[in-house]
Order: sequence, then structure tokens, then C-alpha cells
Amino acid sequence: MSTTIASEYANEVKNVPIEHQFNPYSDNGGTILGIAGEDFAVLAGDTRHTTDYSINSRYEPKVFECGDNIVISANGFAADGTALVKRFQNNLKWYHFDHNNKKMSMKSAARNIQHLLYGKRFFPYYVHTIIAGLDEEGKGAVYSFDPVGSYEREQCRAGGAAASLIMPFLDNQVNFKNQYEPDSDGTKPRPVKFLSVEEVVQLVRDAFSSATERHIHVGDGVEILIVTKEGVRTEYFPLKRD
Amino acid sequence: MFRNNYDGDSVTFSPTGRLFQVEYALEAIKQGSVTVGVRSKKHAVLVALKRNADELSSYQKKIIKCDEHLGLSLAGLAPDGRVLSNYLRQQCNYSSLVYNRKLSLEKAGHLLSDKAQKNTQSYGGRPYGVGLLLAGYDNSGPHLLEFQPSGNTLELYGAAIGARSQGAKTYLERTLNEYLEVEEADQLIAVAVEALRQCLKDESLSTKNLSIAVVGQDKPFSVLDDDAVAPYL
Amino acid sequence: MNHDPFEWGRPSNEVYGEYNKTIANASPYPSMHTQQPIVTGTSVISMKYNGGVVIAADNLGSYGSLLRFNDIERLIPVGRNTVVGISGDISDMQQLEYLLEEMQTENNYDNQYADEEEALRPSYVFEYLANVMYSRRSKMNPLWNALIVAGVEDAKPFLKYVNLLGVTYSAPSLATGFGAHLALPLLRKVVDVESDVENTDLETAKRSIVEAMKVLFYRDARSSRKYSLAIIDIEKGLILDKNAKVEDMVWGFAKDIRGYGTQKV
Repeated sequence: MSTTIASEYANEVKNVPIEHQFNPYSDNGGTILGIAGEDFAVLAGDTRHTTDYSINSRYEPKVFECGDNIVISANGFAADGTALVKRFQNNLKWYHFDHNNKKMSMKSAARNIQHLLYGKRFFPYYVHTIIAGLDEEGKGAVYSFDPVGSYEREQCRAGGAAASLIMPFLDNQVNFKNQYEPDSDGTKPRPVKFLSVEEVVQLVRDAFSSATERHIHVGDGVEILIVTKEGVRTEYFPLKRD
Repeated sequence: MFRNNYDGDSVTFSPTGRLFQVEYALEAIKQGSVTVGVRSKKHAVLVALKRNADELSSYQKKIIKCDEHLGLSLAGLAPDGRVLSNYLRQQCNYSSLVYNRKLSLEKAGHLLSDKAQKNTQSYGGRPYGVGLLLAGYDNSGPHLLEFQPSGNTLELYGAAIGARSQGAKTYLERTLNEYLEVEEADQLIAVAVEALRQCLKDESLSTKNLSIAVVGQDKPFSVLDDDAVAPYL
Repeated sequence: MNHDPFEWGRPSNEVYGEYNKTIANASPYPSMHTQQPIVTGTSVISMKYNGGVVIAADNLGSYGSLLRFNDIERLIPVGRNTVVGISGDISDMQQLEYLLEEMQTENNYDNQYADEEEALRPSYVFEYLANVMYSRRSKMNPLWNALIVAGVEDAKPFLKYVNLLGVTYSAPSLATGFGAHLALPLLRKVVDVESDVENTDLETAKRSIVEAMKVLFYRDARSSRKYSLAIIDIEKGLILDKNAKVEDMVWGFAKDIRGYGTQKV
């Protein structure tokens, strides 16, 4: 096999063999989901770890507590995800050293993660990153990032393998998209309101069990990290293992 | 007036085999305010007397945390202490990132020694003008180390460095057998504070000038300042 | 001007003559990174049990489809309670062996607690290897291996995986390569989730591994009958059997197979 290589201006056309190159990325499946409530936020992820059609592990958590009431997950290529989380946790540690143990705010954490991601703009971390916590007013906050550091604060966001399955469900159930007041004949949108922790946890469980049904890279279990002003607590629920 | 011919740099021996610059560095420690360290079989404790330049100024920080299991107190040139504590922070960090391992106190001591020793053998530099007490809890239990600018690092049950530290040393030598067996961290802190008192002349301990740190099993290195030290006065 | 950007930034041959590579003592080749494994070792398989871990790998080094070396040891003991099992490129494995040797030397240097409290632990060895693997992949120069680190730590079994991409994971039973498809389903019948481990004893675990090695020898063309099996037990420590052989095979059916051999149908 060979292919032609030439630039637009070349007066010489070279014929060289196609080289098989080492591929530094892989897809390790899994999906994550963050929702912000009025005075809390959750970040959930399934615990299945895959490559191609193999299940590597049924319990490999990918949502982590960092301290300062910040939880993080970087879903996609697992090695990059692990590296990114470790780097952020390390930055947080040095932030404490350098700023006399000052608590890092969510917006500072988000900006820092942008720099970590953009710093590898030309050899990106192949991950969809979400962080969750409370903002400076104590309101629930979720920030989501693309692989090269674009970020935005949102009410909710799904990431990873089944993001496209879960996100529309969230639009409908968290932001009440396409829901209208009864008797208004579809003219008055249903007003949005904050959901309770219980409602959100149930929503997350439903999202994950549905994603498990439809996506082969999602399953085994879901771990939900819940951030309140009291701190971070973890809940685990089994999912189908087929 | 007398002038010493062999103290211009830290690499030239005197005819009697001494490095005067290194000896002067040891003197710098004695100018610093006192700090005391003790360890039992369960904990290691550091206490220090903070100084302020005048009534309008803040107090000089004496105890620096390097990792969850390790920290130090200093006597002498504070900027030099900052450089060394920063170095230790980096080494602790490297160890936990690359090896998932707490830096052992023994290793920490060797690293500091090697760094200080380099200054005594390369031209143009000067020795560090600071003495350190390292307290930590690693896989082999609690440890207390004393670091000197000469590159010596020794492990001790009790140590005191800085101005009038001899008082504390004498006190600790006398009470060694009792505090070695102490179970509670609070009790060990009390011993250290009492030792520190032996070094006071004009001043007295207060919430303003006392700094305390404690570390043990399942007890991360934590520094107490201001109102938090009141129970120990 | 020459508008071909490929020619920009270098002395033109017309003016300076062809570049003489020997001047800068440069290699006549571009610097090369591992693009593919050459001599390879096949699967490593392992599982936890209530008192430790069992891990096994055969002794074959394949050169493509040629069974080239038949006495390659792919289970590397590190300290007294860790074994690293390595599959993939054998020369890269030997580089890893060197790094592990160096790690042990380093740990024994000026360390009065080297034999007990500050001895190397499986998690230390794993973290180090995972960092080596990930940093090499990030330089686009991978060590072409998949490894399993097995051992005991804090009186509990330890088992983790890392490969040439730096991807890491942990499970009560782990296998690399072909073993992930052929052996792992068998091992998961015994220990699928962490809670299964406490109900599994050494005998069961060892039997499962031995049986899985048999299946691999039957079905994996690049495997050998001779293999090594290590047990890292909380009480008994590290036991490495370098002379295990696949036994109790059934080949009676072979004589009836028609159409592949020299027999007349």
C-alpha cells in the first residue's frame, strides 16, 4: 500500500508507503451525569470499565472527591481521565499551600481545569470533564468541559458514552423542556423549579438504568456523589451486568 | 583586631580542619527563637515561640506543614527555612504521585542532608542559616529529626534548637522516660509546652506567640495557632 | 522562491550541496519509536482469593507465528509480596525488569526499615509502573506491554492492570490479551465481584487458574504447555512455581479428525 504525499505548491510528488502508527488513545466507555440543585449538587458515574467489547472491571469508580467540597469526573479515555483528575487534585493541594489553606471556589476550580485541558490543546486529554459543588453563595453548581477546555456553568450535564441518550431526558426532567401548563394548549411553558435531593437521586438512577438498557458500555453499578454544605456523601446502586 | 583568614568561603578548610562558614551558620540558629520537638511511641509534637519585630508587626511563622504526615519547625533564617520546606513539599509530592508512597522521615532527612552538604563543597554559595525540627508519622511510626546546616540530620526522642534552647533540652532529658510512654497527644503537647517554658526569660507564653503542631497514626499533621493553643497554656 | 513548504527552513542543496549526516554525528535514520511488538509473550491471568492472589503466565516467546523462545520467565517477583506478570513485547518487558530491579536497589539504599515497614508494596510498584507506561505513551514511544501487578498489602489481596496506553483498572480477576476473552469468563464464574473473594480459598483459586491455563493452551496458538504460577499468600508469602505444566488434557478425539492431516479420508 502506498499513498501520495504532496503539498499544494510541490513540484515533486512523493509516493510513500502508509505507515501504521501507534494510536495513543482508546475509549473506555462509561457515562457520567451532574445535576445542580438549589443547595446541593450531584455527580454520578457508572462503574463499568471497558475496551471494545470487553468488560475490564465491574467496579472502577471514576467520580472523585477532591476536598473543598469539589467532586470531579473525566470520562472517555481512562488514562487521560485519571491523569487529569490527579493533576487537578495536586493543583488544589498546592493552592492550599500557597494561599494559607484558603478554600478553592468552584469558579476557580473550573478556570484551573480549563488551563489543564487547554495546555494539551495539541495532544488533548480525550475526556469529557464535569465538576460539581457549591458556589460562593451556597447554590449547587455544575461546570462541564470539552476535551480542550471550553467550559460553561450549567444546571445539568451528561457526559461520556451515553450522553446523547441521557441529555434529552435531563432537558425534559430538570429544565422542563417541552413541558407546558395543562389547558394552555401548549402556549405556556411549565415554570422551572428546583428539585429536591431525593427527586434528583431518583432521576439519576432512572437515567442510568435506561442508559444501561440501551448502551453496552454502561452498566454494573452507579455511584452518586452528593455535595451539600455538610460535605460529600456517596451512594451506590447496582445496575444490570449484562 | 583579630581577623580569621579561613572564613571567607564555605569550601576552604582552616589548618585545624574546620569550615568556619558552616560553624557560623550554626550560630545563626542560636539567634532564632526557640522551638522544641518531642516524640512518644504514638505521636510527634512540635512547639515554637513566635517572635514579632515590634508591636505593630505580625508574628513570624515557625511551623510549616509539608504533607499530611510530615511537617517542620525552624529556628534561624526564615527565608532559608521556606526554601527547605518547599523542597520537602515537592519531594513528598513526588513520592506520593509517582510511588503512591508517603515519604519516610529517614528519606526526608537524607534528602535535606544531601542538599545542605552540597553548599559546603561548592564555591560561591553559603550554608543554609537555619536549623529544622522534622516531625512526622510514617510506616515505621512517629519520628523526630533535627537538621543542621552542616548536613547533619539526627533522629531524636526530644530536641530543642534556637535561643536558650538548653533549658528545654535539660528538661526533656530529665523527663524522657515519662513522656516516651505517653498515650494521649494532648499530654505530649503539654510536655512540649512545659519544655518550651524552660527557655523563656523576659517573655511569657500567650495565644499570640505560641505555635503547636501534632502528628500521629490517623492524625494528620496539624498546626495550632492563636485561640487553638489556649487549652495548652 | 521555492514555494514547496516541505523544502523550507533548510539549507538548499544547490548552494550547500547535499547535507552530510556524519557532520553532526547524526543517525542516518530518523529516531525510531516502538511501532509494533516483535518477540511477544501471550496472556497473563490472575485472581484474588481470601488469603492472597494467584497469577500465571506461560514461558513462550513468539516471533510472529514462530514459537521462538521457550524458557522466558514472565512473572517477576519484586520484593517479598509482589509479582508483576507481563505480556506483550519481550524486549520491552526486559526494560521493565531493569526498572524494577533499579527500584529495589534504590529502596534498599540507606533505608534501615527496608525489610519490614518500608519494604516495597504492590501499590508502590503499581503506581510507578503505571506512571512509566503513561509517560511513555505520552511521548508516543510506548512500552508495548500489558501488565498485571499482584500481591498482598495490609493483609489484603492486591490486583491491578496497566497497559501500553497507561490505562489502569482493578478487579477481583484480571487477564491480559487472549486470556481476557478465553480465561476471564471462567475466572469470573468464581470471583466476579469483590464480595466473592472472601468465599474463595486458595485451592479453588489455584484450580481455576490451572484450568484456565489449560483452556488457553488448547485454544491459543501462541501458547506453551510449560508455564509459571505464583501465589502470594498473606501467611505463606511468595511462592513461585517455575515448572508448571498443563496436565490432564484430552487429545483422544484428534485421531478421528479428518481432512487436515496426512491420513486418507
